[in-house]
Amino acid sequence: MISANLSAIFYLVSGVLFILALRGLSSPETSRQGNFFGIIGMVIAITVTFLSLGNFSSGFVFVLIFLLIGGLIGAFIAYKIPMTAMPELVAGFHSLVGLAAVFVAISAFLNPEAFNLGFPGNIKLLSLIEMSIGAAVGAITFSGSIIAFLKLQGIMSGSPITFKGQHPLNALILISIIVITYFLCSTQSSNLFWILLIISFLIGFLLIIPIGGADMPVVISMLNSYSGWAAAGIGFTLENSALIITGALVGSSGAILSYIMCKGMNRSFFNVILGGFGATEQSSSSKNSEQRPVKSGNADDAAFLMKNASSVIIVPGYGMAVAQAQHALREMVDTLKKNDIKVSYAIHPVAGRMPGHMNVLLAEANVPYDEVFELEEINNDFANADVAFVIGANDVTNPVAKTDPQSPIYGMPILDVEKCKSVLFVKRSLSPGYAGIDNDLFYKENTLMLFADAKKMTEEITKNL
Amino acid sequence: MEIDPFIFRLSIFILSIFIGYYVVWSVTPSLHTPLMSVTNAISSVIIVGAIIAGLAGNSESIFNISSIFGFLAIFLAAINIFGGFLVTQRMLAMYKKKKKDK
Repeated sequence: MISANLSAIFYLVSGVLFILALRGLSSPETSRQGNFFGIIGMVIAITVTFLSLGNFSSGFVFVLIFLLIGGLIGAFIAYKIPMTAMPELVAGFHSLVGLAAVFVAISAFLNPEAFNLGFPGNIKLLSLIEMSIGAAVGAITFSGSIIAFLKLQGIMSGSPITFKGQHPLNALILISIIVITYFLCSTQSSNLFWILLIISFLIGFLLIIPIGGADMPVVISMLNSYSGWAAAGIGFTLENSALIITGALVGSSGAILSYIMCKGMNRSFFNVILGGFGATEQSSSSKNSEQRPVKSGNADDAAFLMKNASSVIIVPGYGMAVAQAQHALREMVDTLKKNDIKVSYAIHPVAGRMPGHMNVLLAEANVPYDEVFELEEINNDFANADVAFVIGANDVTNPVAKTDPQSPIYGMPILDVEKCKSVLFVKRSLSPGYAGIDNDLFYKENTLMLFADAKKMTEEITKNL
Repeated sequence: MEIDPFIFRLSIFILSIFIGYYVVWSVTPSLHTPLMSVTNAISSVIIVGAIIAGLAGNSESIFNISSIFGFLAIFLAAINIFGGFLVTQRMLAMYKKKKKDK
């Protein structure tokens, strides 16, 4: 058994290691080392907890058993999961953090002596407040992440689910959470604690159902942030600095990512959270556009265009992930490079279903990360490029975002694909993207539409090159 | 008058938010997905609380309600810790630089 002071110092060390783990992600070279720091930090935190309890009785065996079973399942998932399913995986993992926070809070509420928080029915006020916050945020994270998971997995429809009185209902529930927390703290009633948990689960569910599929990058980041605040809340209850530091890190990390994603769509955070985006605009714009002429081509035409180009910019989007086209795309690019054509990739901040989604997929397909560029880095190069190859992206290339103040995506930063000499658009049909608006780019003279599955089309182009 | 230890914890918390803010802004956008999976893994340090809860039962009754919740939380957090760190490692191993053979 080690002293409380010594273990507190070790917790601080593991907190610092977690900071270094995030710090490592500033570049791919240092990132692997960073992850290693994170693992060391976790090992220290767990070991110190065992040592400080000094309780190696029969219960210890069960702790190890649960740790091992969970660990094996986690490791199995980590090795089996395809990279395209990363958003679902992260959403699923968030829900587990949330639920774990809830369970720890329940356990602390039922047996406060074990945590030095007082006695059942007479828990220290401050601890009870911290515990309630941890439990409520944990519960919201859990149910919210489950919904996000179901939507991403396609089990639940990705379209926003809205109903009348939704916002007042949510507001009412949020207020009642605060009121119940107040009464819970003044009465120490365990019934109120359970009610608090139930309505927190409920609000997590209600908050996420109105948010549509393409807004998932914001939702996942937001839930990431929540899982951090839940951990911090529990950290205060347990008076554990590793947990407090980590909670704060994760909380601010998720918040920053949500901010970046919102900025990538030029929408405010509240606009996304209130949901139902695009549903109203759809009818007005799609009618008059049906008749406009479109140039469509086949793989042969596309191959011809690209063979005669000297530089090509690839614009991947969620459609590439759906079609699992990243490997086929890399093969096409390899062939292009053999013909001395310069190829680079342009990634919009909100491409895909989570921050950095496209980058991971391209990395999986062995695309070197120094050929992949962010919007600000590459946007000026479109004007000098010969061909833009848009695969599975739509709204993020729509010039309407610059020209039409009436458009729902007006002001959103877009990739200047239109400035390219010619544009190749791999898409299954002319249907509008998530924002529900038509893409002017489809009808431009220098645009060639390639109507096909992204993977098949890419493979065919490679054959024709 | 003595300062409540809560204030010190609050100080750690607030300062960590600032550290998090600056550290996360310096993360390169191409690594945002690994960032999410690694934050996921480290937030599972909540397992510390779960272990305390799980071991709280005395030797006669290892499984009281409180410790059962502790064990469940250990199980969930363990999935996250192993899954989170390993999947991050798997992703990071894929990020390669261009070969300098040209």
